[in-house]
Amino acid sequence: MNPVLRTALQRLGLGAITLLVVSIVIFSAVTMLPGNFATAILGQSATPETVAAFKRSVGLDKPPVVRYFSWIGGVLEGDFGSSFSSAGALAGGHERTVVSLVVPRLRNTLFLAGLTAAIAVPLSLVLGMLAALYRNSIFDRLVNLVTLTSISVPEFFVAYILMLFLAIRFPVFYSLANVNADTPFLERAARCALPVMTLILVIVAHMMRMTRAAIINILASPYIETARLKGVSPGRIIYKHALPNALAPIATVVALNLAYLIVGVVVVEVVFVYPGIGQLMVDSVSARDIPVVQACALIFAVTYIGFNLLADIVSIVTNPRLLHPR
Amino acid sequence: MSAEPAEIANSVAGALPQRWSALPAAWQALKGAPPSAWFGLVVIAIYMVFAILAPLLAPYPESEIVGSSYEEWGGQFLLGTDQLGRDLLSRLIYGARNTIGIAVATTALSFTIGGLLGLLAAILGGWADQLLARAVDILMAIPQLIFALMLLSIFGSSITNLILIIAVLDSTRVFRLTRAVAMNVVVLDFVEAARLQGEKLGWIMSREILPNILPPLVAEFGLRFCFVFLTISALSFLGLGIQPPTADWGSMVRENATLINYGDVTPLLPAGAIALLTIAVNFVVDWFLNKTSGLRDER
Repeated sequence: MNPVLRTALQRLGLGAITLLVVSIVIFSAVTMLPGNFATAILGQSATPETVAAFKRSVGLDKPPVVRYFSWIGGVLEGDFGSSFSSAGALAGGHERTVVSLVVPRLRNTLFLAGLTAAIAVPLSLVLGMLAALYRNSIFDRLVNLVTLTSISVPEFFVAYILMLFLAIRFPVFYSLANVNADTPFLERAARCALPVMTLILVIVAHMMRMTRAAIINILASPYIETARLKGVSPGRIIYKHALPNALAPIATVVALNLAYLIVGVVVVEVVFVYPGIGQLMVDSVSARDIPVVQACALIFAVTYIGFNLLADIVSIVTNPRLLHPR
Repeated sequence: MSAEPAEIANSVAGALPQRWSALPAAWQALKGAPPSAWFGLVVIAIYMVFAILAPLLAPYPESEIVGSSYEEWGGQFLLGTDQLGRDLLSRLIYGARNTIGIAVATTALSFTIGGLLGLLAAILGGWADQLLARAVDILMAIPQLIFALMLLSIFGSSITNLILIIAVLDSTRVFRLTRAVAMNVVVLDFVEAARLQGEKLGWIMSREILPNILPPLVAEFGLRFCFVFLTISALSFLGLGIQPPTADWGSMVRENATLINYGDVTPLLPAGAIALLTIAVNFVVDWFLNKTSGLRDER
């Protein structure tokens, strides 16, 4: 079999196993629930009958293995069960499914993350390459200082500074990103300006530094030196010699940072009161609404693993050493 | 820890370099440190003073309501009061003690777990190594903040839970680093010699390998501290970390966030305190890494 295909398939298989184990870990969360959990959800006044009914409706009376398979089976069909917050109204209250809570929020988060990525990825690649090519220049040092600073500060610090100066003192942008399903695209983008800017500042710093390091690393390797010594033109060195080998690290950088974006989104959504999945997760954690937390955690984890897998596969597929087997 | 006066005199006079006198050597290294490292060290020292002497320096108790809510700066309360009427300056000072203390405890625990298991994996090898490495792979496949949020929703937010959860999650990174650097030392002859001599596992770990892998671990401690500090601050900011009435910078930002809408910079103070400390630690670590080894791949 083609070595590229074989390695890529191996990596895919490994990713599938990781996903399986992660789903088991996330599921085990429920079995670790402390005993008084049902009372915590239903309130102190809950009778033993109500508690038993709640446990039955959530399925807590069945053995864990059975519950895992029914849960994961549901997940694969797009059914994450129903939210605990509705279970409180057991007597006749209408049930809210986790999916109905998660899907609109997920759409909002994808919008935010997509907008950020569309701007941040090209920007940081260009900045990173410039910094690597003009290494140790004033430009490089300035960019280095700015990015080191923005990596080390908490996201909410950046977010509140932007909010204070760009929305309150000088009202250029909306200070809160409260959108709903009917907000038209342009207005939605305008309302998202500050959260997107915050995310860009945080993720460009990471991505740009890693791109810079990857390119410097490659430009310092002996075969580039050889190409230079035998008189290859600088443009050809970059396109023919450096870039094919730089693709893998750069793809890894991009994928890793998109994965990071997924996490960074949580804090930023809370600061700007953006109705995304991060805020849903935080609210559900406070309310200890475990099915929703599980669903959010699973979505975050799947995206994270997916991006890491993508980085792996891209670096395998673009690896010149694997593409030209001897 | 104290060096003999004669030794100090020797090294100052430029006599033979004294390898084992730590104090003068440290001073020599410090003299050559770049301004950014000096800045970092000074900032860290100031934070330490505030953290240790908090009860002496703070004008009011940590969580006592002493005025009306959201009072202006100046006058009786230097930085005004928070949403309940507690003195903001005092809470900032106590925050240094609580926030940094908890982060240091968490990082120390994470290093104990991760370092111990990493050393064990490197020395034992075989199935123990494989088992630990795979377990760590799984833990690292889920984003840390998300995992922490999930665990907090199950066990509830308390300081003990917070420290345990973050320490266990963070120890995965320590494990990887320790294992990787220890692997290079385990194969060296003196370790083999110690083994043949019949030394016990604990001796090999603590006396043969640990001293040789210490510099990267010390630098990593600084970086992990920053990461843990930021994670705990983020969780507290989300209202799921350190719980009120404990003064903590992350939750203080959250509690006073509405003031931003009136153009008030007060909520930025605790956030800035967090930012300044992480930047300072990063500067020092940067310098330390440059000094101790070629760990940085860029140079």
